[in-house]
Parts: sequence; structure tokens; C-alpha cells
Amino acid sequence: MKLVTAVIKPHKWEEVREALEAFGVTGMTVSEVSGYGRQKGHTEVYRGAEYDINLVPKIRIEIVVDDPDADDVVGILVKSAQTGRIGDGKVWVVPVEGVVRVRTGDRDEAAL
Amino acid sequence: MDPTQVNTGDTAWVLISAALVLLMTPGLALFYGGMVRAKSVLNMMMMSFGALALISVLWVLYGYSIAFGDDLGLGLVGDPTQYLGLKGLMADVTGVAGGLPPMAFVGFQAVFAIITVALISGAIADRAKFGSWMVFAGIWSTLVYFPIAHWVFDFSAGEHVGGWIANSLVAIDFAGGTAVHINAGAAGLALALVLGTRRGFGKDPMRPHNLPLVMVGAGLLWFGWFGFNAGSALAANNLAAVAWVNTLVATAAAVLGWLATERVRDGHATSLGAASGVVAGLVAITPACSALSPIGAIVLGLVAGSLCALAVGLKYRLGYDDSLDVVGVHLVGGLVGTIGVGFLATSAAPAAVDGLFYGGGFDHLWRQVVGAVVVMAFSFVATYLIGLAVQKTIGFRIDPEQEMAGVDLTTHAETAYDLHATAGTRSGIGQGGIGQGSAPAKEHGKEHGKEHGKEHAKEHADERKVRA
Repeated sequence: MKLVTAVIKPHKWEEVREALEAFGVTGMTVSEVSGYGRQKGHTEVYRGAEYDINLVPKIRIEIVVDDPDADDVVGILVKSAQTGRIGDGKVWVVPVEGVVRVRTGDRDEAAL
Repeated sequence: MDPTQVNTGDTAWVLISAALVLLMTPGLALFYGGMVRAKSVLNMMMMSFGALALISVLWVLYGYSIAFGDDLGLGLVGDPTQYLGLKGLMADVTGVAGGLPPMAFVGFQAVFAIITVALISGAIADRAKFGSWMVFAGIWSTLVYFPIAHWVFDFSAGEHVGGWIANSLVAIDFAGGTAVHINAGAAGLALALVLGTRRGFGKDPMRPHNLPLVMVGAGLLWFGWFGFNAGSALAANNLAAVAWVNTLVATAAAVLGWLATERVRDGHATSLGAASGVVAGLVAITPACSALSPIGAIVLGLVAGSLCALAVGLKYRLGYDDSLDVVGVHLVGGLVGTIGVGFLATSAAPAAVDGLFYGGGFDHLWRQVVGAVVVMAFSFVATYLIGLAVQKTIGFRIDPEQEMAGVDLTTHAETAYDLHATAGTRSGIGQGGIGQGSAPAKEHGKEHGKEHGKEHAKEHADERKVRA
């Protein structure tokens, strides 16, 4: 099993979710996060003063998937979240040792 | 009218107006509270509520007497012993405005003193010790506000001799452009300089954490301000009605002026701009509402809205951290209004004076300028010295660690919002957040270390009682 984590632009969230659902992803964990990458934020004008905004709001999506699905899910995430401009985000994949469904006690693939 | 007879209509209006003005201070607490970051909203609101509590008591004890007692010389200060503890004012109905019980006037003026002190707190958001603020508020009202109220609001009548701006200079300041707004604005600038800038000032945007609170606060201020301005007629009459309409329309024009300025300069019309425009307009029309036509009021409001919108950017260029723009709105708005009277006054209005634009020449303009400048200079210097004295003795500013953790948690042991799922079961963790780290836990530990032994044991005993 793999944990796929994506950090994307907030306004792409609806599109990304629809694409994932269309593929058959049944569950995910989503959180509002802030951060920055190579672009180091941006400048903003508020009440007559200009500021460097380092932390940019993002959406983080976490999905645990079966090994064979990982590449497809990554592809869908990248395709649906892409705008081609800076700050589009990152997607990464890490191995998962075990999963348990709390309600039933099912383990691993059966718990997904 | 029989002066020994209470005029019920006037008295009712003045008492209601006083209550309206009282509501401005909680309104200000919301206006300011929404503008700070989530970690200091309670402290911000507490500075207003603290002023409410303290100044009410001081006003009754000796404040009213300093402001409205017989002049001690040169029109500078009233006799503080004459009405000490409001003695002699409970039975007499032949007071200042004939037919208005003196206590109605005492109450109406009390709430002016309160809000003026509360206004200053916006300049020192996020970083002042609450106890030191209270000490400052007591000293400041005694040495600065009460005397200036005497200068501006205490008119001579019969044997009674009042203050110099009202009677010798004869500048028009209907409801307190000088005594309240220029005064609070100059004081805010002085205190901002004494306390220094917040950590991250000019680097972090420090955006308001809750703009709906700001807008509710601005609405309450506008509502209460009808008591402030129309109530200052001290009668339910034509003057009050003119002041009311001018207060409505100048404020509305100031919102338009502020938003248009913002739209051109930054590309957006913001809700903070609308709320600030409300206050800028109200401030500007305060001294002027008896002297202008409604058209004059619109002009004044537009100018005040635009100028204040530009002025709030000054602090970044000049480097003083007037956190919530007390200077940009109250000092600048107060100057626009007070000096604006010299240009825009028309003899068609109840004050019956012509300004420069209405053929009155410079006669009134110079009086307005002198009144404004003297109040500004006196307030700035006196406040700077009082602030410095507080800073050097008991300290005015909280520790950097406490500032980072948030003044709410470290000073008041509370946080405004505990929306976490584990809310109520945690001790003073606050809203966490980036940059707040472990400082609160550290503070907590320090306190426990200090209060070893009895105090500590008692605290735990109390905890047990609550649980049982």
C-alpha cells in the first residue's frame, strides 16, 4: 500500500476531488494548510502597505491506495491540479506498512 | 421657561443620548477587537472595558469637577473640590442648560471621558500590560482629558467661568473634535512611540482576524454617535435635528471617499475600509455638525474619508506602530473636521458662523487652527511624559515571549476562540498556530515555580472542589 499526499492550490480542490472520484477513489483526508516552495510566496497590498506573504494557503490531500493504483492516482492529481503557473504544489508517495479499519478491525487491503 | 422646572423632553433626550454614547465604548471594543490578531482580541476589548470601569468612577469622584467646576485661572482647569464626589448636584435643577438636571449633564459628559480614553488603546494593540494601561488611563484622564474637557466644553454662564477654548478663543467644537478626537489621536501617537513597534511590524501584514466584528463595531459606533453629536445640543430641538442629519450624511460620504481612494490606490474596496470610513466621517463631523449645511457635511465627509484613507499608510513610512490607526483616523479626521469648520461653516446653520468659503474670511479659520494645534501639542507632550513615566516605573510593555504567545493568554489567562475538538479540557493552550510554539507552557511553568507552597496547594484544592 502507498500513501499519496498532494499539496495543491485551494481553488483547484473541487476539480481534483471530482477527478479522483471519477477514477474510483473512495476516501481521502483533506486539510487546510499553509506553506511555501521555491516561489517563496508573493507580495500583497493591504491598507496601503505592501507585504511579502511567505505562507500561502494550500489544500493537503492524503489518500492510502493499493500499490498498483498509486501511479494512476498520482497522474490524476497532477493533471487535475495543474495550472502551469508557480505555486501549483507537490505530490509525493510513501510506503505504508499497515492499515486497520476501526469499525471492523479489517486489515490492510481489506481496510481500504 | 421656568429654569427651576425640569424640561422632560430635553432631559429624556439627553439621558438617552448618554446611554447611546456609552454603547460606543463596547462598540469600539468590537471595532478594535476584530482588527487585531486572534491572540490579542480579549486584551484589546479589555482596554475599552477597563476604561469604562475606571473613568466612570474617577468622573464621579473628581473628574466632573475638574472639567466643569469654576475656573481656577486662565481657563485652564476647573476647581476639583467644587463638585468633589458630585456634591450638591443631586437636588439642583437650575443647571447648565436651564431645565436640564445637572446629573443628566454629568452623565452625558461622563461617557465622553470614557470613550476618549478607550480610543487611545488602538495605538498600542497586542503589547501593553493591562495593569499599566489602567494606571496610564487614570493618570491621563486626570492630567489631560479632564482639563481639556474644561477648555472645550465648559461654557461660562452667569457667575460661572469656564474654559479658554469655549469662551476666550470661541472656536467651534460642537461635540469634541479637539477634546475627544485630536486629543485621543495625538495621545495615541505619543503612546505608540513610547511602547515601540510590535514584533514583525512592517513585515507581517497583521491582517484583522475578524472583520465582521469590526463592521458590527463600526455600526454600533455610528448608532451611538447620534447621541454624541445630536445629544450635544443638550435639548430635543432643531439644533439636535440638524446635527443628526449632518452626522448621517457626512459619515456616508466618508465611506464613499475612503472606498474610492482604496479602489484607486490598491485595486480593492475593503470592508475594513468601509468600517474605517464610517469612523473617519463621524470623527470629522463631530466638531462641525452644528455649523455646516448638509451639503457642506457631504464635502467634509468626502475629504475626511479620502485623507484618512491616505493617512493610515503613513505609519509604515514614518515607522511608528499606531496599530489600529488612531492617528490616521482620529487625529487626521479630527483635524479635518475642526479646521474644516473654518472653511465650510455657513451662517444658515444653527451655529450661525460663516467660514472662509462662505465669505466669513479668516476670522473663524484661525480660531479653529489654534484650538486644534494647542490641543494636539498639549496632548502629545503630556501623554509622552505620562507614558514614559509608566514605562520607566512599572513597565508598559509585555515581554517578547508573552507577545509572541499572545497577550490574551499571558495577561488574562484566556483566549477568545477555543474551537478545537478538545476545547475546555486543555489548560491555556490557546489556538496554537504558527509561531506560538511552547511559550505558553513555559510561562505556565514559571508561574507555578514562583508560587510554590501555599498558593499552589490552594489552587489545587480549588481545582478539586470544582471537580467534586
